[in-house]
Amino acid sequence: MKGLEAMGEAAIRAGCRYFFGYPITPQSELPEYMARRLPEVGGVFLQAESEVAAINMVFGAAGAGGRVMTSSSSPGISLKQEGISYIAGAELPCVIVNMMRGGPGLGGIHPSQSDYFQATKGGGHGDYRLLVLAPASVQELADLMFEAFELSERYRNPVLVLGDGLLGQMMEPVRLPPEQAVAPPNRPWATTGARGRAPNLVSSFHIDPAELEALNLRLQEKYRTIRAEQTRFAVEDPEGDARLFLVAYGTAARVCRAAMRRARAEGIPTGLIRPISLWPFPDAAFEQVMERALGFLTVELSLGQMVEDVRLAVAGRRPVEFYGRTGGMLPDPEAIVERLHLLWEKVGVRHG
Amino acid sequence: MSDKVLHYCPGCTHGLAHRLVAEVIDELGILERTIGVASVGCSVFAYDYFRCDFQQAAHGRAPAVATGIKRVHPEAVVFTYQGDGDLAAIGTAEIVHAAARGEQITVIFINNAIYGMTGGQMAPTTLVGQATTTTPQGRAPERAGYPVRMSEILATLDGAAYIARMSLHDPLHVGRARRAIRKAFEVQLKGLGFSMVELLSSCPVNWGLKPIEALHWIEQRMIPSFPLGELKNTAGVV
Ligand SMILES: Cc1ncc(C[n+]2csc(CCOP(=O)(O)OP(=O)(O)O)c2C)c(N)n1
Ligand code: SF4
Repeated sequence: MKGLEAMGEAAIRAGCRYFFGYPITPQSELPEYMARRLPEVGGVFLQAESEVAAINMVFGAAGAGGRVMTSSSSPGISLKQEGISYIAGAELPCVIVNMMRGGPGLGGIHPSQSDYFQATKGGGHGDYRLLVLAPASVQELADLMFEAFELSERYRNPVLVLGDGLLGQMMEPVRLPPEQAVAPPNRPWATTGARGRAPNLVSSFHIDPAELEALNLRLQEKYRTIRAEQTRFAVEDPEGDARLFLVAYGTAARVCRAAMRRARAEGIPTGLIRPISLWPFPDAAFEQVMERALGFLTVELSLGQMVEDVRLAVAGRRPVEFYGRTGGMLPDPEAIVERLHLLWEKVGVRHG
Repeated sequence: MSDKVLHYCPGCTHGLAHRLVAEVIDELGILERTIGVASVGCSVFAYDYFRCDFQQAAHGRAPAVATGIKRVHPEAVVFTYQGDGDLAAIGTAEIVHAAARGEQITVIFINNAIYGMTGGQMAPTTLVGQATTTTPQGRAPERAGYPVRMSEILATLDGAAYIARMSLHDPLHVGRARRAIRKAFEVQLKGLGFSMVELLSSCPVNWGLKPIEALHWIEQRMIPSFPLGELKNTAGVV
């Protein structure tokens, strides 16, 4: 199945019944899939007049208690930031997909990972966080859609699934879990018509500074809980002997897997740390390997964004190097291996 | 309406508009299935005054938020309450496309020819020659363009079933406004399409006028620029 179609089908099986979107390459197959499938299951697909409108439709639908999602790619996600901030402020559950392309500006249509800062550090205004999940295969694209809906509802927080154009277009076998029985989510706070109860209000507006601070403090408390409970990563270390670790997510992780094999064949004991939750960032992955690790090489389809979080996690204990390509160019496994050789020399270890 | 004391300035007709909408909702017996969408502007606290469910929307986006709500609850009665900065400036795209889609929502559009909440800047509806804090010499069309007549624009769209412009400057006109609001909600209840009532409303504070003068100003200055009446009633609602 194609990555984008797998995401769409997984979302529907996870009980998503509302999709509001606006076309942009390279993710238009996802709204197209939803336009075809949602009416078959009694859901609603609506092509909005803009990304700004689409995300505000998501706001309305989520506030009204619907299980809802939207998807876009980089320039479109920039437009959605207004609504995302409001959704985070009103604590509504929803899923947002960003299949990244190169920027800044109109950029290009080829895969990129240069929205990492925007995804993990805010993007819109205010002290808020999104849960950010980064799949690296078609199977993971599907699995993480299920997770995304579950997490967004558990924490009443928007969840961002961060992929790129390459993953979305990729064809791989995928096993989809069966359709979930879509119990109407229990949302006593939703606007459904105030029949037999006091009126509900869905809002992010707090004119009283003390009230707004209290909301923010409560949000931070929630983010701390998410940090404690939802860190996801995979450490790949085929022989359990790795001393250097590549760090990469999504498409970059796939390139790194090839580079890892090549480096190992050339005698450099290399492993791969693959963050799956980008926020919360999996510091634990680094603790797990710190004792045996001699150095880290972060690889991104950008000129260095996640590497800042890697440096924070490593906290100066080991060298952290960076290699990235951008604009839609893919990192070359050979160039990665070359850098591993340099790092291997630098950390002063001779294999043998 | 709730017992909350209205926060509007003395002589402001926002409160009157609220009362008319609330009365119509009660008359139609739909309070328990009505969901309101409050916009950004002086009416940002509208949800404090109505005893129905409410969502607060970003500046200009109320029609999109209302669309999301209505698509989840087609049986609900969904209305937005928006000022002219909200509806005719930052939210132009959202209102035009909600109307074009024939979205089954009702829009209450308060036209006071100025930005109230932010302190009297020019609105898209500001009259030619009208002084505001950002047109201190009066709105000059060669620099600041002309007033936008949203009701006329929206009435051209096939999805719009009922569009009316009414005024709140005297009891006779208030009665007409009330009937128009009722029709607009009835259009939604019958599933006929998008409905909107534009209400010419006072902002004595930012116009620099006494409350009574402000009502005269609506009659003498605004109505010639924004003619009253039903601009569209394809639905044949009586
Ligand atoms: C994105 C954004 N831009 C600007 C503002 C500031 N703002 C608040 S109210 C307002 C004008 C509202 O005017 P109008 O819609 O005419 O309503 P009124 O206050 O006159 O009732 C503006 C510009 C905002 N809240 N959000
Ligand atoms: S500023 Fe104007 S519109 Fe706002 S409450 Fe006062 S009089 Fe009414």
